[in-house]
Amino acid sequence: MPSEGKKRNIGREDIRGIIELCRSVQSRGLNPFLVDVDDLVAILRKYFSEWKDSEDLCLDAEALNEIASVIKLQSEWVKRRSTSLYTDPFLLEEKVRILSKEKIAEVFLQAWHPIAELEQISIRSLEDALRYWENLLPLDERLLSEGSLRVEPGTITREELVKIGILAEEAFLEEMRSLWNELKEKAGEEGRIRYWDFIGSNTYQETVRRAYLTSFLVTYGYATMEIYPLEEEMFLKPLKEPPLGAERKTRGRKERRERLFSIPIPISYEEWMEWRRRQ
Amino acid sequence: MEKETVRRPRGRRKAYYTMKMRRAIHLLLFKRHSKPGAKGWELRRILGPDYMKVIRVLDDYLENLDLKVNMVFEEGVDKENLENPTPEQLNKARFYITLRGTLTPRETKLLGWRIDDIAALAITISHIISKDGKAPRKEVEDLLRTKLPSWRTEMNLNRFIRYGYIGEDENGQLYLDWRTRVEVDSRKLIDLLLRTEVEETAGLYNQSTSFSMETEDQEGEN
Repeated sequence: MPSEGKKRNIGREDIRGIIELCRSVQSRGLNPFLVDVDDLVAILRKYFSEWKDSEDLCLDAEALNEIASVIKLQSEWVKRRSTSLYTDPFLLEEKVRILSKEKIAEVFLQAWHPIAELEQISIRSLEDALRYWENLLPLDERLLSEGSLRVEPGTITREELVKIGILAEEAFLEEMRSLWNELKEKAGEEGRIRYWDFIGSNTYQETVRRAYLTSFLVTYGYATMEIYPLEEEMFLKPLKEPPLGAERKTRGRKERRERLFSIPIPISYEEWMEWRRRQ
Repeated sequence: MEKETVRRPRGRRKAYYTMKMRRAIHLLLFKRHSKPGAKGWELRRILGPDYMKVIRVLDDYLENLDLKVNMVFEEGVDKENLENPTPEQLNKARFYITLRGTLTPRETKLLGWRIDDIAALAITISHIISKDGKAPRKEVEDLLRTKLPSWRTEMNLNRFIRYGYIGEDENGQLYLDWRTRVEVDSRKLIDLLLRTEVEETAGLYNQSTSFSMETEDQEGEN
């Protein structure tokens, strides 16, 4: 019994402390988010069953009332911050993420006063044009030097695109590696994941992009595929060790020539819709 | 000079200012340098010492056309002193003619701006402002990627740099450049962005998501 009385006394002290804390935040105009409301509510909950007297219950209610006032202050603080000139990067970033592109553009248009200007030829641009014209070879000479030939349409590989600088090798490999890590994560303990569950995304465009990258994951030896034609099931299995680098592409291919075969996998819009419905 | 203009008969004074206004509009509208507009000292040299009066008359005239003469002081000028700038500050200030009001989304399309591009510009500018005027390019790109495809993000940032809305230093930090200072009411932009109601926007977000999906799908099919 005395221990119960002691517990109540400690509880009363704690609750008075809560009331004092909340009041000081209100009176001193401190940042209301300095108060951890969850903690305070947990303390109230902890002692609530102990209260028998109306006096203690009133104290509890008062503390709850003060906490509610702090929550109100927190709400006002957020509002004030959002309307004043202060710009909280986090808040702004969140707003940008939540708002639609259309809404952001609409807001921007209200603060945008574009310059009215007219571009016209100037002495300097005339000089530049003249210099360019003087250095320009006659058309027949230009055609000769460039040796223009009629080329029939054909196909080009990714490696060739990289070589002529249209595709960036490093960026692509980086993207592929991040997809490989994602695959390893999603495959989990089972060590494999359904093909469509991995490549499927919210948009058809993104799904196609993922399927495209996945095809390279398999080709370059970052992952393998398990195909069950009868069940119409395809699984992706990530390999734990990374391939041996860029030379892997060529050497690996040579080594695995006998085992390598191509599997065309259609990624049609209908199939994507079907997958989305199943999700 | 001020005394001379006061002494002019009314008709001659009107003709005088009309002539000066014409000269001023030529200087301000036609692009002669890499940047549009004219510096204060250029205006003073061509329009005379009472050029600020000419600018004020021109500004009143342009109001009917929804245009205004915008005066942008050099960076670092104390904003509190802008009410009464010194002749030195005016000399170094740059004067532009800008839209007094705002454009509608339809009008921006006619100017060659896509809604996506405008949203990207708004996000870029607001993010840089929130980071006290400088933000790493990668950070801005990551933020833009939440709204735009990667290829469009890079293209847009390069375009904004080319137009003078933002600049990039040797450390890959983006900052607000001259065109943003001229064209964008930064305070208003941040204020409006933060004040936009979330409840309202949540609905719009869903709407826009489905819309963009449709367009993407159409593009994909094409």
